[in-house]
Formats: sequence, C-alpha cells, structure tokens
Amino acid sequence: MFDDFFIRALFAGIGVALVTGPLGCFVVWRRLSYFGDTLSHSALLGVTIAYSFQFNIAFSVFIISALIALILIQLQNKTNLPGDALLGLLAHSSLAVGLVVIGFLSFIRFDIMGLLFGDILAVTVDDLLIIWIGGLLILVVLKLIWKSLFASTVNYELAEAEGLNPDRAKAIFTILMAAVIAISIKMVGLLLITGMLIIPAAMARNVSTSPLQMVFYSIIGGLLSVILGLYSSLEFNTASGPSIIAASLFLFILSLLKIKQTSGLKN
Amino acid sequence: MRSNNDTLVKLQNAGYQLNNKFLVEGVSLEVQKGKIVTLIGPNGSGKSTTAKIALGIYKKIEGKVEKYTDKIGYVPQKISIDWTLPIRVNDFMLLTDNIGEQQINESLSLTGVLHLKNKNLGNLSGGEFQRVLLARAISKKPELLVLDEPVQGVDFTGEIALYQLIKKISEELNCGILLISHDLHTVMSATDHVVCLNGHVCCSGSPTDVAHNHEYKALFGEQASKTLTIYEHKHDHVHTNEGDIKKN
Repeated sequence: MFDDFFIRALFAGIGVALVTGPLGCFVVWRRLSYFGDTLSHSALLGVTIAYSFQFNIAFSVFIISALIALILIQLQNKTNLPGDALLGLLAHSSLAVGLVVIGFLSFIRFDIMGLLFGDILAVTVDDLLIIWIGGLLILVVLKLIWKSLFASTVNYELAEAEGLNPDRAKAIFTILMAAVIAISIKMVGLLLITGMLIIPAAMARNVSTSPLQMVFYSIIGGLLSVILGLYSSLEFNTASGPSIIAASLFLFILSLLKIKQTSGLKN
Repeated sequence: MRSNNDTLVKLQNAGYQLNNKFLVEGVSLEVQKGKIVTLIGPNGSGKSTTAKIALGIYKKIEGKVEKYTDKIGYVPQKISIDWTLPIRVNDFMLLTDNIGEQQINESLSLTGVLHLKNKNLGNLSGGEFQRVLLARAISKKPELLVLDEPVQGVDFTGEIALYQLIKKISEELNCGILLISHDLHTVMSATDHVVCLNGHVCCSGSPTDVAHNHEYKALFGEQASKTLTIYEHKHDHVHTNEGDIKKN
C-alpha cells in the first residue's frame, strides 16, 4: 500500500495535519507565530547537521529547534531586547549559519528547494513512521498539559494562583513546537511550516464559538488543505508545501464569508 | 508556624520588588477560615501585589508566605480575552477545575448571570464579566477566595447584592476571603479585619480600629472615618435579571 509515493505523501500529510491542528490553535491564541518561524528557520541548521553526521533529519531538527527555543527563553530572561527582536535575531542567524554550513558541505548533493518548500517524492516509509509515532506522542503530551496550558493562555496569573503550574506547561509546549516542526519539515518545508500551523487555525477561528470547536475545525481545515494541496501538487507538478498552504489560504478565504454572515446577523 | 488550624495563608514581613524598587514591603497578615480580610489603600499602594504574593504568583519575594490550602478561587483585577480565542462563559467556568453542570448553573445563578452561560466571553459588559469571574471563583467551592476588586463596573444595586453574596459564601463554605476593595462602605460593614496599605502597612485591625486611626484619616480624609455610619436603606422589591420587578 505504501509503495506508491503519493499514498505515502498523503498519509504523511494527514499525520501532520492531525498534529498541527490543535498546536496551531495555541500558536494563534498565544501569539507565537513568529516564534514558530524562528524555530523552523533554525531547522535548516538541524538538517545540515543531520547530513554532516548522518543523523536522522527529524531527530536532528528536533534537537536543534528545542535548543534554539531554550536559548530564546534564556535570552528573554537575561536581556532587555524586546521579544520580536530576539526572535528575529535567532531566526535569521540560525538560518544564516545553516546556509553557511551548507556551503561547506559541497560534497553532498542538497535538494535545497525540497528542504525549503517540501517534497512529496522524498517521503519514505521511515518518515511515515516518524510522523505517526511522533505525532501520536505529541498529541498525548498535549492532552496531558491541556488544562494547564489552556488556563494559562486565558490568564497566566489565574492559572498560577489556582495551582496549575503554567511555567511547566509552557516549557513542555515549546518542546512540542520543536517536535511538530521536526515531523513536518519533509512535507511542508521549513519556510512554510508556520503557515501550516496558523492558517487552518485562523480559518477555524472564523467559524467557531468554543475552543474545542476551533481545534476540531482547525484539524479538518488542515486535513482538507493537505488533500487538496497534494492532489494539485501531483496534477500541476508543483512543490508540496506551497500547494498545501495555498489550499489552506483558499479555505481561509471561504471562512471569511461565514464571519461576514454572522457579524451581519449580530448587528 | 501555623498559628492555628484555621489559618489558610499567612504573610510575614512579605514584600516584592521590581527593578530594585519595592512595590510593597513589610506586609504581615493572616487569613483564616470563615473570615474576611480586606486590603484598602490608594492606587499603587500594593494591594494587588500583596494579593499576588499571598497567591504565590510572585516567586522571588522578601519575607515569608505560608499557604495551607490548594483549593483557591481567584478573581484577578483584570482579564482581557483576546479575540482569537473563542470562549463561552461555560468553557470559562471549567477553566481550572472539572466541575459538574449543576455546580456551574448554581454559581452562575448566585451571581445572577445564568442566562449568559452560552454567550461568548468577549461580548459581555464589564459588570457581567465581573459576575462571571466571581461565579467561576466560587464554583469550585474554594477554601480561600482572593478577590481583587470583584465588583468593579457592577451597577450599584448589584454591587450591594454581590457583597452580601461574598459575605454569605464566607459563612456557608467557611472559606477565608482576601478582599481588595476601594469601597469603604462595604469594607467597614462586611469585614472582619482591615489592612490599610500604602507601600507598607499603614494600619490594620478591626474596621472600627482602622477608621479611628489617624494614618487612615490622613490617607482617605476625615470623611472616610465617618463611613462607619453605614448608609442603609430597605427596598421593598428587587429587580431580576430578566428585568422583572419582584416584591419581597
């Protein structure tokens, strides 16, 4: 069944969408889209290290992204630079270092476009396993920290006062972000992963009235984007990442119609 | 040391500083089961900071805080709900604890906002939102309630009713309450112990003691010490939330 590259890509995409749906909602709620960008830019460094030392790419990306996230948290506590400047600093410097390292690795043939924008031809059965097992783990951990993470998203002090340990939830969530980037890099490409997190969630916001509903629609939106995107990628011979993101943009625009309707009713 | 088994939280010489400047210092107070302790003081006098010290929100503090309960209900001074988060009153009630449907309905009825249960939190008025905040805090039947200006933005009759409710809750649940209020009327009528803050503890004691303290007078004016003669008048009817008038 998984002999066909397209079936592999489809299952990989479905696995990714199931995870980016709920995580994307938190990214939108907690205003972490640029944080997601920073982590995914740093993923390039992870990829080059994987190539240099023959590591597994997902594993290497996960380690590097998690490391960058930890450095970021340290910097936030130790310097007075505003958050967005720190994020930019880390995003671009890690991207730059990654590209410089690629320059040194001239003996390896790099599919740089595939790295940046995803490549459905590149998904192997091993990748599928990583996506599904890793994705399942991410979802289980998210379920465990859900209450605490959600409460602190609404109000940090309330969560802290009523004993929900929001700092721990935040730290764990950061690691989950690194993990989701690691498993989706082959499908969506590192430049577009944040889009996969944000756009379906933003679409879901337009049609939801409760948090769980938003998570549900975000997952549905992600799945539809993957299916639509992959089929058009096959049809028009375009890169998988941009096709998926373009499909999700299409869904987002559709959802704007719905929001126009409801706000019209209210007034 | 826990002075007795009724103590829920105890601050000893507690303080908190930000950027080398004390927001509040040298606060000692104790909240016991079934008692209401009220913090009063001008803006920026460290009332909310003191509450946050007591709650353990601030970690790096001076002095000592001892907390003897984990069942805490908190009404923060300010909560803003971002538009990106769709959340109904019902979802908010379940924020920190998995309480039952009946408990949710009961608490919302007590604060008079049951009819808002399925409304989006972002669409409530200031007063409605305060009532929901209070309902959420009491719904988990806490041992310690920390209320930071719980009736801000609530209409006048509602304000009196909510303060009566707070008093009733402290008796019925036998819970201790740390209340922050700028409404001297209420403070003087429904409180067991008053702590008057202005960066430090100006004076503290029973409402009567504090009202006669000269530092209190200096802070709030001569008029304030007369608030002991509480203005009370009786209504022969109440207004329900549906807008009907109900005779007593």
